[in-house]
Amino acid sequence: MTATPLLSVRDLKTYFMMDEGVVKAVDGVSFDVYPGQVFGIVGESGCGKSVTMKAILRIVEPPGRIVGGQILLQRQKQNGALETVDLVKLDANGQTMRDIRGAEIALIPQEPMAAFSPVHTVGDQVIEAILLHQKVSQREARAIALQIFKDVGIPMPEQRLDEYSWQLSGGLRQRAMIAMALSCNPRLLIADEPTTAVDVTTQAQVLRLLRRLQEQRNTAIIFITHDLGVIAQMAEYVMVMYLGLVMEQGPVDDIFHAPRHPYTQALLRSIPTITMTPRVKLPTISGSIPHPFNKPRGCPFHPRCEKAMPGKCDARTPALQPSGEKQLVSCFLYHDAEVSA
Amino acid sequence: MTNHSTNQRTNDSTTTLLQVKNLKKYFPIRKGFFRKTVGYVRAVDDVSFFINEGETLGLVGESGCGKTTVARCILRAHVPTSGAILFRTKDGHTVDLARLSRAELRPLRPQMQMIFQDPYGSLNPRMTLFDIVGEPLYVNGMTDRKQRVERVAELLRLVGLRPEYMQRYPHAFSGGQRQRIGIARALSVNPRLVVADEPVSALDVSVQAQILNLMLDLQKRLNLTYLFVAHNLSVVRHICDRVAVMYVGKIVEMANTLELYAAPKHPYTAALMAAVPVADPRLKTGNVELKGEVPSPANPPAGCYFHPRCEFAEEVCRQEPPVFREITPNHFVACHRADELKLPGIG
Repeated sequence: MTATPLLSVRDLKTYFMMDEGVVKAVDGVSFDVYPGQVFGIVGESGCGKSVTMKAILRIVEPPGRIVGGQILLQRQKQNGALETVDLVKLDANGQTMRDIRGAEIALIPQEPMAAFSPVHTVGDQVIEAILLHQKVSQREARAIALQIFKDVGIPMPEQRLDEYSWQLSGGLRQRAMIAMALSCNPRLLIADEPTTAVDVTTQAQVLRLLRRLQEQRNTAIIFITHDLGVIAQMAEYVMVMYLGLVMEQGPVDDIFHAPRHPYTQALLRSIPTITMTPRVKLPTISGSIPHPFNKPRGCPFHPRCEKAMPGKCDARTPALQPSGEKQLVSCFLYHDAEVSA
Repeated sequence: MTNHSTNQRTNDSTTTLLQVKNLKKYFPIRKGFFRKTVGYVRAVDDVSFFINEGETLGLVGESGCGKTTVARCILRAHVPTSGAILFRTKDGHTVDLARLSRAELRPLRPQMQMIFQDPYGSLNPRMTLFDIVGEPLYVNGMTDRKQRVERVAELLRLVGLRPEYMQRYPHAFSGGQRQRIGIARALSVNPRLVVADEPVSALDVSVQAQILNLMLDLQKRLNLTYLFVAHNLSVVRHICDRVAVMYVGKIVEMANTLELYAAPKHPYTAALMAAVPVADPRLKTGNVELKGEVPSPANPPAGCYFHPRCEFAEEVCRQEPPVFREITPNHFVACHRADELKLPGIG
């Protein structure tokens, strides 16, 4: 892609300073998201995918802190010219960040039940977001909210605006959440496991809706999930994370059909698919994900890796380097570059 | 509706371990100061199925369809509203679990055990592994500590944990290891039927495969019979011999796994299959969208419960509830139009 990235994360480090020690939740992550792209982040628990998302929105709670790196966001100025802001340098509670959050970068959280206030109607909450970011009257804001409820396919939108989140079904609640996220026409949407809490048929509805809205509005989406099926169907470009580091990234087809990193390969082998022979032994990844306090030295995956090279993988941490045409991989099987300490 | 075809199976087959007949579980809805019953949630509404010894029956469906309530009724954690749960005991008798008293159930309990969904919530953090795995043994009469230590060590080895861990507490273990502990506890009393309610859905992808392998391996070694309750269709396809699909308290289709996946007969099954996102970007799935919402089991629609969302619905579907019938050997379906419809499957 020749366009300039909308969001460019460079060597992002977010650590949690706990009494027991430092948890390096995100430890040097770099990626670019282009306008209109669906960028998938996959990883298992503790891989840092949610912390990355929180860092971009600058909502990392203490004891967590962004300790290094840049998050460069391309913004449109009043006169239409483009400027680049480093979100890390902004005050998390300052006016600029508050203007960006919700208006330019919006979030679809995992649990819409927990994200909506139960004592305000969903309509009021969407209208609040609109009033906060757009110079419109209360009545105009309601009209915008109504339109967006129609756009996301909520039946009887007028009535739903005046209902509370607990009166809506799981699917409708997630649609209302999407409506709220889209209400200010964000250029970047972060969807953090948006379908984990809903059923398969609802999931299919939500994914289809997101795909349609993305095409219509050309919104870039960062799609975070642990479900490889969802990622395969949604994303154009995929980043695989493990214990705070990027293992591999590349176009979705390459990640699924020509994975390079042993972790990606093992992960894809270990999931039962709809086409394989049933009741045979699945190839597994030995061991389990280490506790963040006992993060292995060197490549974080080496204790579970079949191809680990003693003396190399357990001593040095591989850097993320181009491999092949479009992929980037951090593994010593492909190159010898290491992360500079 | 009595299901004749499933009922007959008790006689001809000697290997049927569990036969559920017309099981119903209604929960009252109470309102007002006097908690008057104003209606019922039909969580399980006339469900019939059987499980043969040594096989795995998958029970799938969306949340609220009643699959967990079925599982709980079989283990008698709920008292069924009506229906029969015929269980073949170790000594060859057939008993109706639905009608037994607590005292009568007690000696049968070791024969049916459960594996839970949440490996974090299902283990008492104040008990050591020895206490957790050894408690069912103690309760069932193994009072000699030395004997228990030996048995717990054997069980831990069986599920792939080191016996030295016996004195540790659950917090020291990862999700996958905890699920192994839960399995060891379930197996401690030599059960014949194991009800596994979403045993891998709380686990990380890289650990899921380990637990699935363990369950398949244990089934072979100990001749276990599983009732596998889950919503992940890929996992169900991998582990189950037969699958029953539930929708709003009823089983809509039941067949051999591969047959069900390749040639579903009920439009709901087909829609469920189509909704599964396949982990291959070259196969575009999820294009068939099931419109609308699951109806409430407190107020289900007339006729076939699925008709408001079904693209094939006709007049008869709106009025008459379909009968759960056997349309080809071992393939049961509750749909008026099952014979004529050609539905796409997967795999």
